[in-house]
Amino acid sequence: MGYFSQLLLIAVSTAIVNNVVLSQFLGLCPFLGVSKKINTAAGMGGAVIGVITISSAVCSLIYDCILTPLKLTYLNTIVFILVIAALVQFVEMFLKKTSPSLYEALGVYLPLITTNCAVLGIALTNVQNYNTAAGLNIGQKLLDSVVSGLGTAVGFTIAIIIMAGIRERNEFNDVPESFKGMPIVLLTAGLMAIAFFGFSGII
Amino acid sequence: MNKCIERLYNGIIKENPTLVLTLGMCPTLAVTTSAINGIGMGLSSTVVLALSNLMISLLRKVIPDGVRMPAFIVVVASFVTMVQFLMQGFLPSLYDSLGIYIPLIVVNCIILGRAEAYASKNPPIPSFFDGIGMGLGFTIAITILGAIRELIGGGTIFSDGTNALFDLSTIGYTPASIFILAPGAFFVLAFMIAIMNRIKRKKGMKPAEVPDYTEEIEEAKAEAKNN
Repeated sequence: MGYFSQLLLIAVSTAIVNNVVLSQFLGLCPFLGVSKKINTAAGMGGAVIGVITISSAVCSLIYDCILTPLKLTYLNTIVFILVIAALVQFVEMFLKKTSPSLYEALGVYLPLITTNCAVLGIALTNVQNYNTAAGLNIGQKLLDSVVSGLGTAVGFTIAIIIMAGIRERNEFNDVPESFKGMPIVLLTAGLMAIAFFGFSGII
Repeated sequence: MNKCIERLYNGIIKENPTLVLTLGMCPTLAVTTSAINGIGMGLSSTVVLALSNLMISLLRKVIPDGVRMPAFIVVVASFVTMVQFLMQGFLPSLYDSLGIYIPLIVVNCIILGRAEAYASKNPPIPSFFDGIGMGLGFTIAITILGAIRELIGGGTIFSDGTNALFDLSTIGYTPASIFILAPGAFFVLAFMIAIMNRIKRKKGMKPAEVPDYTEEIEEAKAEAKNN
């Protein structure tokens, strides 16, 4: 199997088969909190795609080029969370200065992403899956991490947009009193998770 | 002393982080495939929560307001790393089954939420008890969730792989394994919150709400447009 098809496999499996929200339960806070309207959900998805892709690349490089040579890999949780927080802040400032329209479309979501567990979760899973794997050079590790980050973020976007679409319709439904609010949203997510199980056979 | 007991009551019942505030959803749903996992996750979060609340409260006058979030994150991440290594050393099987969700305690919104809402404004002892109360509230909720999922989806309770406190397969129960899988987590939690909502509605309290940031985002957008 060629390297390209291996990358494709990583992308499909992270985006659809092991969907980050519906099967790994990462990034549930924005998934529940920003899925009331399709517009805001799509914006959140876009911002998450940007942040996770950049942070996977940066964290992979930091792990290989700084933490491993210095034998500080046990500090990866602390280092990654600080790098991600600083990175998000930096991207926000950069967008505000250079492109106000892009800031308006995506930048306003950034403060909510800093403590999104999907971002840290993906950085840590990448390290486990690719950076400590034998027989890969630094470039391959980096590319694998970026592709898996991008795939995961696309999976998040798919899930949150579907969820927002369902919730927009749900608002006019006659839900039993006790199930209003959180419970009906969780039941919807559960049914979506069953639907995504259908993909588990394709890889 | 009364203040400490009030904090415990507040965390376990009145403002239960999982069932009332609906915070920290990721570990709640992800690790509760069995009751033992629930207890393990709950107690390790409790330790981190209590110690980081204590530490942040002690440092609350030293930390400048502008960098308080990064400072809190460093404190929490250090305690999480310690708990992670202790668990890896002494409870390796639990460590394996909780996996990536142990380092992810860092981004559990309950911990940063309590640091911001309580520990950064109150003296150390009540903050410590606030952490214990919130942690136990979380532990109890996810242990119940884990036990229900394990019972319906696996037919056992408190099973460690070989021995179980209670085993339904001896009386011919066929487990519905979807409750161990991802969708089951959503369904069981939905019913638990619905039951809490019903109890609260009878007492005239407000039901659990979905945390919602849509308005916040729209305000930020309007502000960005004006600039």
